[in-house]
Amino acid sequence: MKSRWSAERVGLAVAGPAMAIVVSLLITSLVLLATGEQPWSVFSTMIDYGTQPRSLSLILNQSTTYYFSALAVAVGFRMNLFNIGVDGQYRLAAMLAAAVGGAVTLPAPLHVTLMIVVAMIVGAMWAAIAAVLKVTRGVSEVISTIMLNAIATYVVAYLLTPSRLAVRTQGSNNIGTKPIGSSGHVPGIALIPDAGLKVYGLIVLAVVVGIAYSVLLGRTRFGFDLRATGSSEAAAVASGVSVKKMVIFAMLISGAVAGLVGMPQLLGSSYSYSLDFPAGLGFTGIAIALLGRNNALGIAFGALLWSFLETSSQILDLEGVSKEIVTIMQGTIVLSVVIAYELVRRYRLVAEQRRVGRELGTAIPAPLNGAAA
Amino acid sequence: MATPTSPPQPDAAPAVELRGITKRFPGVVANHDIDITVRRGSVHAIVGENGAGKSTLMKTLYGMHRPDEGTIAVDGTVLTLDGPGAAIAAGIGMVHQHFMLADNFTVLENVILGSEPTKGGGRIDFALARARILEISQRYGLGVDPDALVEDIGVGERQRVEILKVLFRGAKILILDEPTAVLVPQEVAELFDALRELTSEGLTVLFISHKLDEVLSVADEITVIRRGTTVATVDPRTTTARALAELMVGSELPVPELRESTVTDVAELVVDHVSLRSPDGRLLLDDISFTIHRGEIVGIAGVEGNGQAELVEAIMGMRAADGVVLLGSEDISAWPTRRRREAGIGYIPEDRHRHGLLLEAPLWENRILGHQTQAPNVKGPWVDRAGARADTERIVADYDVRTPGIDVLASALSGGNQQKLIVGREMSGEPKVLIAAHPTRGVDVGAQAAIWDHMRDARARGLAVLIISADLDEIIGMSDTIHVILRGRLVAEVDPRQVTPQQLGSAMTGAAGKDVA
Amino acid sequence: MSTVVTAPPASAPAPARRKKASAPARVALWAGLGLVIFSAVRVVTGADDITSAGTIGAALGLAVPIGMAGLGGLWSERAGVVNIGLEGQLILGTWGAGWAGYQWGPWAGVLAAVVLGGLGGLLHAVATVSFGVDHIVSGVAINILGLGVTQFLSSVAFDGVKGGGPTQSPRVSPMTTLSVPGLGAPLKSLEGKHWFLVSDAAGVARGLLTNVSSLTAIAVLLIPLTYVILWRTTFGLRLRSCGEDPWAAQTLGVKVRTMKYSAVVISGALAGLGGAFLTIVAAGVYREGQTGGRGFIGLAAMIFGNWRPGGLALGAGLFGYTDALQLRRGGESVHALLLLVTVLLLALAVWHLTRGRTLPGISAALGAAVFGLVFAATDEVAGELTGMLPYVTTLLVLSLASQRLRMPAADGAIYRPGEGR
Repeated sequence: MKSRWSAERVGLAVAGPAMAIVVSLLITSLVLLATGEQPWSVFSTMIDYGTQPRSLSLILNQSTTYYFSALAVAVGFRMNLFNIGVDGQYRLAAMLAAAVGGAVTLPAPLHVTLMIVVAMIVGAMWAAIAAVLKVTRGVSEVISTIMLNAIATYVVAYLLTPSRLAVRTQGSNNIGTKPIGSSGHVPGIALIPDAGLKVYGLIVLAVVVGIAYSVLLGRTRFGFDLRATGSSEAAAVASGVSVKKMVIFAMLISGAVAGLVGMPQLLGSSYSYSLDFPAGLGFTGIAIALLGRNNALGIAFGALLWSFLETSSQILDLEGVSKEIVTIMQGTIVLSVVIAYELVRRYRLVAEQRRVGRELGTAIPAPLNGAAA
Repeated sequence: MATPTSPPQPDAAPAVELRGITKRFPGVVANHDIDITVRRGSVHAIVGENGAGKSTLMKTLYGMHRPDEGTIAVDGTVLTLDGPGAAIAAGIGMVHQHFMLADNFTVLENVILGSEPTKGGGRIDFALARARILEISQRYGLGVDPDALVEDIGVGERQRVEILKVLFRGAKILILDEPTAVLVPQEVAELFDALRELTSEGLTVLFISHKLDEVLSVADEITVIRRGTTVATVDPRTTTARALAELMVGSELPVPELRESTVTDVAELVVDHVSLRSPDGRLLLDDISFTIHRGEIVGIAGVEGNGQAELVEAIMGMRAADGVVLLGSEDISAWPTRRRREAGIGYIPEDRHRHGLLLEAPLWENRILGHQTQAPNVKGPWVDRAGARADTERIVADYDVRTPGIDVLASALSGGNQQKLIVGREMSGEPKVLIAAHPTRGVDVGAQAAIWDHMRDARARGLAVLIISADLDEIIGMSDTIHVILRGRLVAEVDPRQVTPQQLGSAMTGAAGKDVA
Repeated sequence: MSTVVTAPPASAPAPARRKKASAPARVALWAGLGLVIFSAVRVVTGADDITSAGTIGAALGLAVPIGMAGLGGLWSERAGVVNIGLEGQLILGTWGAGWAGYQWGPWAGVLAAVVLGGLGGLLHAVATVSFGVDHIVSGVAINILGLGVTQFLSSVAFDGVKGGGPTQSPRVSPMTTLSVPGLGAPLKSLEGKHWFLVSDAAGVARGLLTNVSSLTAIAVLLIPLTYVILWRTTFGLRLRSCGEDPWAAQTLGVKVRTMKYSAVVISGALAGLGGAFLTIVAAGVYREGQTGGRGFIGLAAMIFGNWRPGGLALGAGLFGYTDALQLRRGGESVHALLLLVTVLLLALAVWHLTRGRTLPGISAALGAAVFGLVFAATDEVAGELTGMLPYVTTLLVLSLASQRLRMPAADGAIYRPGEGR
C-alpha cells in the first residue's frame, strides 16, 4: 500500500505546474528576444524587485484577495460546475457590504462580522440566480453567470450614484459608498519585517477558509457527494446524490466565498466601495483555480505565483520593458498547465493499470521471446 | 498449434490469414501469437469467454489499432491496416457489438457516412444514396427505411442498418462482433439465414461469440481463443458444446440455476400500477404491477429498450413515475433515491462504468459510493476513512476481488473484478431488495459463477431480487418468476421451469400473444 | 458540457417519425405577425425608435459580431468541441484587425483578424482534440491567454504610434458600404409618415437594405453558406458526425481528429471575422475590452438557435436589436419594450391556460401583471439600467428555450482514437 505522501505522488502533483512554468518561461523568453530584450536580465530584475520586503507585503495582500476568488471558483469546478460569475458576485457583494458598513456604527467585532456576512449573503444570492436557472430551466451556468457579471456592472452603476448609495469623495470626481467607520476596519499585521506595509488582517480568514475548504471536500459526506458528482454525474445520481441540490449548494457556497473577495481591500485599506474598486478579480480566480488544480494548497501557491508576477512586473516599465509581458506569461502558464495536468492524469491511469497488471500477473510477460510459440 | 480441419482450397488464397498477431495494452491480456485462417465463403466463428481478447483481435483486423507483432493477409496479400478506412478499402466490414449509429442522424446519413455518393463539389447525391440503400435493403430483405431517424427505430432494425452499412461499402468480409447479444432466438435464426445467404454469394463471415450452441449451429469452422491466444481450430460437426467449453475455459461452463424454492409469502417489494412518460409525452412504462417476495428472484425479460432501464430507474427513484412502490409495507413512492438505498435497496447498475463506479477514484472510495450516509463509511457528517477502508478489505477478501490493494484506482481492475466489487458493496449492510441489471454482462466465467453464487446465497437468506438480463439462459435459470416486458408493458408472466428460450423469445417480441404461460 | 441536469434519454420505441415543417412560409408568417405587434406597440407608446431604420441598421451591425461568434460556436460544437474560447478568439480578431488595418487598410485587417482568430481556434484544438483537456477549461484558458497576448501586443505595437496608445490602435480607414439603389429616399419618406405597419415596414427595409457595410453582407451570406456546407456536403456530414458520435464515425474511416481540427480552426476564424467587424466597421479602431462579452452572447445566440444557422441568425438578430434599442433613446425604447413583454407574456398565459396547464399559465400571467404594472407606473427606464437589456434578454430567452433544445449528442465529449464511448 502506498502512502498518501509517497514520492511518486508528490512528484506527479508537482510535475504538471513545473512543466507549465518551464514552457511559459520558454515562450516568454522567445517573445522577449523577438522584441529585442534579454530574457535573463528581465527575469532577474523581476526576481530582485519581487523579493524586496515591500513587494512581499504587496504580494501577500494581493494573494489574499486572489485566494478567495480562486477558492470560490474551485468549489464549483470540483463538481464540473463553472461559476464564471465570481466577478459580478464579489463586486455587488463588496458594494452592498460597504454601503451597509458605512450606514451603521457598531462595536468593532460586530461591525466587521456584519459586513462580512452581508457580503457572503449577497454573493450567494447573486450566484443563486444562476443555480436556479440551471436547475429549473436547464440554462448552462457558463452563459448565465457571464450575463450576470454584465448585469451586476449595471446594477452597481445604478446603485452607486449620489442619489442612491454613493457620496462624492472630497476633492476628486470619484464617487463611492459612505466611508466605513473605524470600528469596521480590520487592522493589518506586520508580517514582513521592514516592509513599511502591513499585510491585510483578513489573511487569517483566507487561511481559515482554505482549511475549511479542504476539510469540507476531503473529509465530509457533502464533499464526497460533490466530488462524486464532478467525477461522474451518472454514477453520483445512481448513488443517491441529488444533482439539483448539489448544484444549488455548490453555487451558494461558491457565491458566499466570492462575497469575501472584496473584503481584504474594503476592510483593510479602502474602507469604501468607489468607482475605482478593482474589477476582474473573478477571472484571475479562474486562472488560479486551474493553476492550483482546485486544491487548497495548490491554489495558495498559484495565488502567490500570480501576485508575484504582477507585483514584480511593476518594475519593468522603469526598465523600458513593457510590463504586459507578464500577461503573456500568465496566459501561457494557464494553457500549458491544463494540458500538463491532463498528460499527468493519463500517465497516472496507465501507470496504475500497468502496476496492477504486473502485480496480478495478468499482463503478458513483456516483450515475448520469439521462441515461445 | 492452429490446425485447419480442411486444407485451404488450392485455387484461392484464404480470405483472411492472421499470423502471429500480438497486441499489448498496459497491464491487461490482449492478444499474443494469434494464428487464424479463414476460408472464403465460410462462416468462421471465434469463441472465447468475456475478456479473452476476441474484440481486441477484431479491432486489429478492422484497422482500429495496429498489432505490435504479426501480419494480416487478405486474399493472400499482406496488408498494413492503418485505420478502418484501409480495412474498408480492403473489403472488410464490421458490425460492432455496440451499435455504431448516431441517434440524431437518419438511417441514410448513418449508412453513407464516409462513403458518400457525390455530384460534384463535394455535394452529396442524396437521391442516388437513397436508391442504392433501397436496392440493397430489398435484395437482402432488410426492410430498412432510409429516412427514419435512428433514435426512432428498434434494436432489430438497428442491427439491419449496421449490416446494410457494411454491404453499402461493398464489403466481401464481414466481421460480426457478438451480434446476437441483444436478439431473441427467432431473430437469431433470421440473422443466421441472412448469413448463409451472404456466404452463398461468396462473402466471408467472421462471427464472434461466447454462446456455444449458436456457434455450433452456424459456423463452418470454429477457432477458440483463451487468455489472448488461439488454442485450437475445430470442426463444428465433430465437436460438442462441452468440448468447446473445455477448450475455452478449461472446465465446464457455470450453469445458472436455482435449487429448492426459498420463496416466502412475505411481500418485500410491491410495484403497483407504475407508469412513466418521456418529456415529450410518450409512455415509457405503462401500468406496471408486480410483487417480489422475500427469498424470491423475479426476472424481467424483454428486448432491449422496451422499458427495462426506465423500470429500474423508477424503482430506484431516479426518475419520477406515477403509481405506488412499496418496500415491505412502507410506501416509498415519494422517496428520493438516497432514502430508498438507506432503507435497504441495493442496486447493481446496467453500465458499471457510467453508473456503478468512480473510475478515477480508489476502491475504498468506491466502497462509499451509493452508501454515503451509512455505516461504516461515515460518522455523522464526516467520512469515516478507517471504517470504509476496513470494510473494503472485507469485500475484497469475501468476494474475491483480484487487486493489489484498496488504494488502486477502479479503472485499473478488470471488468469481472469491478463487478465483484459492486456486488459486494451492494450486498453489504443486509439489504432487503437487490435490483440487479445485467449483473454478469461482460464478465469472465469465474466472476459470473461467483456472482450467481452470491445471488443464490442472498436469496436463501431472504433477499428479494429483481434481475434484468438480455441473456435468456441467465434469466430462465436464475428466476423464480419471469415477467415479460414489451413496449413498457408487462405482457406475460412465465414459469421459468416450464419455458424454453424460444417460447420466451416469442413472448418478448409479442409474437406469441398470451399462450406462453 | 459541465454538470447538466439533463432530460433523460428517450429509449423506448417512438410512435411516429418526425416531420420538418415548410420553413419559408412559417418564417414569413412569424415575421409578419412580429411586425404587426411591434407596430402596435409603437403606435400605443409613441416610441418611434423601436422600428426606425436607424435602430434596425444599428441592430444589424450589432448582430454581426454576435452572429459571427455564434456561427463559430456552431461550427465547433457541430463537430463536438465546445468553444467557450470564442471570446478570446474575438479579442484576437479585434487586435489583428486594428494592427493590420491601420497600416494596410481594412481588408488587410480582416485577413489578419481571421488568421489570428483561426490561430486561437488552433490552440483550442490542440488542447482539446490532441491533449483531451476539458473543453470549458481550455476555453477559459484561451480567453485569459487571448486577453493577455493582445494587452502585451498593444503595448508593443500601438504605444507611441500616432493616434494609438497602450490600449488602443490608430484609426482604421472605413470600408465601403452597399445600398440597394433607388430605395433610400422613398422608404425614408414613408417611414416619416408614422403610419401603422407601413412606416414600420419601410423603416425595417431601409435599415436592412441601405448603407450596409461589405463585411455585413459577407457575414449575412456566411449563414446560408454554413447551412449548405454542413448539411449538404460530404465534408459537412462527416464534420457533424464527429459531433453526434465520433466513435461511430471513426469506424467508418472518418478522420475524426482532422474534422475536429478543421471545425475548431474555422470556428476561431469566424470569431476573428466578428472581431474585425467590431474594430473596422463598428468602432473604426481597436480598443481594449471592446468585445464586451459578445463571444459569450454569440454562444447564447447559438444555443437559442438550437445549433442551427437559421435559428442562430434569429438569436443574433434579437440580441443585436435589444442592444441597438438601448443605445437609441434607451430609456423610452426599453420602456416601450416593457409593454411588448407584457403582451407576449399574456399571450403565453392564454396559450398555456387553454391547454389546461395551470401552473405555467398562472406564472406567465403573473409575469405579465408585473411587467404591465412597471410599464404603467414609470415613464422610462433609468439610464444606468438600459444597458443591461441584451444580457437580461439572453438570460430570459435561454430560460424559456433551453429545455426544448437538442445539442449535438457528443458535444463536449472527450474523444480519443481507438477508445470506445
